[in-house]
Amino acid sequence: MCRLFAVTSDTPLSPMKALEALDAMREGHDGSGVGLFMRDLGGPFATIKGAPILSGIFTDAGLKKLDALMMDIGFMTKYRMGIRLPDTPPEGTPSRDIYLIRAYDYPRAWENLAEEEKLRRLLKVRLQLREMGETDGDMIVFSFWPDVVMIKEIGDPLTVGRYLDLDRHGITARVIMAQGRQNTNYAINLYACHPFFLEGFATMTNGENTAFIPVKEFLESRGFDGYIGFQSDSEVFVHILHYMSRFLDLPLDAYKHIITPLNDATMDIHPNSRMLRLLKQSCRRLIIDGPNCIIGNLPDGTLFMAQDSKKLRPGIVGGKPGIWAFSSEVCGLDTVIPDRDKSKDVQPMHLDMAMVGPDRKEVRVCRQTDRLSRQA
Amino acid sequence: MSANGQIIPSSLSISDLPWQIRWDQDKCTLCGSCTAVCPVNAIELGVFRKREIKAGTGFAEKPSSSQTVRYGIRQRTSPAYACVGCAMCSLVCPNDAIAPARNDGSDRLRYHINQGGQPRSRGGRRNDSSGLLDQIKFIRISMLTDPALDAGRHTFDVNTLLGRVLEPRDALKHQREHGWMPPVREIYPLVIGGMSFGALSPTMWEGLQMGVAYLNEEMGMPVRICTGEGGCPPRLLRSRFLKYVILQIASGYFGWDEIIHAIPEMKEDPCAIEIKYGQGAKPGDGGLLMWHKVNKLIAAIRGVPERVSLPSPPTHQTQYSIEESVAKMIQSMSMAWGFRVPVYPKISATSTSLAVLNNLTRNPYAAGLAIDGEDGGTGAAYNVSMNHMGHPIASNLRDCYVNLVKVGKQNEIPLFAGGGVGKNGNLAANAAALIMMGASGVQTGKYIMQAAAGCLGSEQDRCNICNIGLCPKGIASQDPRIYRRLDAEKVAERVVDLYLAFDMELRKILAPLGRSTSLPIGMSDALGINDYHTAERLGIRYVV
Repeated sequence: MCRLFAVTSDTPLSPMKALEALDAMREGHDGSGVGLFMRDLGGPFATIKGAPILSGIFTDAGLKKLDALMMDIGFMTKYRMGIRLPDTPPEGTPSRDIYLIRAYDYPRAWENLAEEEKLRRLLKVRLQLREMGETDGDMIVFSFWPDVVMIKEIGDPLTVGRYLDLDRHGITARVIMAQGRQNTNYAINLYACHPFFLEGFATMTNGENTAFIPVKEFLESRGFDGYIGFQSDSEVFVHILHYMSRFLDLPLDAYKHIITPLNDATMDIHPNSRMLRLLKQSCRRLIIDGPNCIIGNLPDGTLFMAQDSKKLRPGIVGGKPGIWAFSSEVCGLDTVIPDRDKSKDVQPMHLDMAMVGPDRKEVRVCRQTDRLSRQA
Repeated sequence: MSANGQIIPSSLSISDLPWQIRWDQDKCTLCGSCTAVCPVNAIELGVFRKREIKAGTGFAEKPSSSQTVRYGIRQRTSPAYACVGCAMCSLVCPNDAIAPARNDGSDRLRYHINQGGQPRSRGGRRNDSSGLLDQIKFIRISMLTDPALDAGRHTFDVNTLLGRVLEPRDALKHQREHGWMPPVREIYPLVIGGMSFGALSPTMWEGLQMGVAYLNEEMGMPVRICTGEGGCPPRLLRSRFLKYVILQIASGYFGWDEIIHAIPEMKEDPCAIEIKYGQGAKPGDGGLLMWHKVNKLIAAIRGVPERVSLPSPPTHQTQYSIEESVAKMIQSMSMAWGFRVPVYPKISATSTSLAVLNNLTRNPYAAGLAIDGEDGGTGAAYNVSMNHMGHPIASNLRDCYVNLVKVGKQNEIPLFAGGGVGKNGNLAANAAALIMMGASGVQTGKYIMQAAAGCLGSEQDRCNICNIGLCPKGIASQDPRIYRRLDAEKVAERVVDLYLAFDMELRKILAPLGRSTSLPIGMSDALGINDYHTAERLGIRYVV
């Protein structure tokens, strides 16, 4: 089973903190892979917030292809983080040429474009790179977005973290999401490793989405080029979040209503029953069946946790003002925030969504039986 | 053969008949129940004369002969009176003295059943008991990565939608702007499919309606029943129970005078309107209610003279193309109820189904598409139509669903599949297979007849006399001497029984797949079959 850990902190933290939390939960995962998502970066990236950062794994040939394409578009390297690797990778981890984390200056030609258009083009470039890399397997691109870094690899999370020597490079972030397992439902593929990222939204999931195929088919047919991949049944969660936010303009608390709608009797007495029925009907193909615990992050930095309607996966949220963690198990929470008031820990149940906003003042639990914060 | 009989081309012996009556003289009490009940008069009282010759053993005693007469059952052999194998004689025999038996060899009746140049017509279904749906397995069993659910303990939401479901962006836009929202009904995914009004006996019809009402109001299951063509009783039209009814209109427009006149007095809108363009059992043929069943009541409700055969032509007089049928019929029917009722067409499965579907996707008022496959049953059709015409439902439905996915409309136009669901008794498994191939729900008729009313028909050409109003169980007859055999209350009980059993079986399928929050429409990764080409064709897994 996957184990998830996410933390949001006023003070930027090292990703190793999250990997230590995963290690505390090692009995719950098989150590087959690790995925890291970092946002609101500290360290060397703190001063270049607006510059898009490309994260991925490249062979030497792939890097040449990347450089040629980026030059062609007009991207100039602004900052590069070189990860030097020991000669031999740990057992079970493939030998790679380059783990790339590189910030770019936008092309001159893009200068007068609206921010929205720039970001839209970043997605296009990422998809183009991904497609180019898929033919020869020389480029794996995880994200290309301002203030976001992603690393994924096969192997034990803590061992891989030490192998990449993440502490030494001074990379830190205020929001970190980490997951400790390789995708096991389908073929092993780094693109299938959580967290998943799309245009500022990120999610990771514990469990298996049994409604995967109808959800995937619905998303694929929306005509949006970012809804691709699907090497993992969990990738749809970030797409649903993106679709809900970008296309339907709905607030975060509607997410749970889309993926796990209320039953009819409860919906009938809900203050937004008409709206919820409409969502249940029109987004019927986006209903998931779990078992899933989903942890996600919005472009504004909000971190949240939601469960499937049968609440078949573990999940706990706790912390103190300034630092909050979302974890599969309490031992992961204890590792990173041992001095919190444990009596205030929250375990979101089947109707709940726990969220911590960008101010990091408190955990807000919204229930599906509550009034929607805002309608579309 | 009688002593003065002559042998003509169509002279048949009992050996030439498909069904032979086995009668046991020792057990028979000559009560006459079997001859009275036989719907086709295949058996009659027989008087048998027997000559016995006694030859003594000595020389003194002369041989003598004597005549004795005994009475018994004689099977008639002319094509018009051939036994249909319904076994009502066995059902009523107090001593188990009589039963029909299938001829082991090939019968010769089939060559002579077109007397007077009339090809054979009958009721029933295709005489082929094989079925692809029975071969489909559910292979994606939740094990350790996703625990299976408990069919008895977890709650399952299996309801489906009938109606045009707007794409999420459009739905929210319509809501914001207070625009027209297409009507959508949340219903149980197993619909009692359309069987012509008048084809079923009053007791059968009443039993079905009572069963459906009970399921809705006592069991909380939003089951719906389609009337079939021919209208609807005036009291039902003006009752609250109309909301459980899908009214069907076909090219004969039978019964629609009554329906239109009732509109101002309706307490409830009907669930939906189904426009029937075709039936899977006799595709390309129109509906037909033969004169035998057009009695005073049926004639009044249908708005026709008594005792005339009522064919619905295969084409509507007003329609010469799909564009017209969509533009006119759907629009007209929607307007009749102020656009508050979903209107959808029902077609026979055909290689041109996609053309119909593509047209419907562009029509904002089309509320769905019902596709009826070749294995469907019917009350009256030519034998050749039933046995040799039609398109299997599985690939037709799958093509339609995959096409909807391709254009991103898979949540908008629900597909309802029928024709062979529960053909061999596996109602829930067949329905679940179709749902996972993309059907939003299934329609079934034949299974309901068999399970709720004890229809005797089979895919081995048993009984199948629904067309001439002589249904031995009183299901498909308008003759009160026959239909009083059927107790409407008992039919209602059986409808409830079969729905509850179906619901449990459906949960027993969904629970191991880990699905309970919504009906797994299009969950094709759960399906497997041990035939490579079939798997390829349907886009499901090939498993051996």
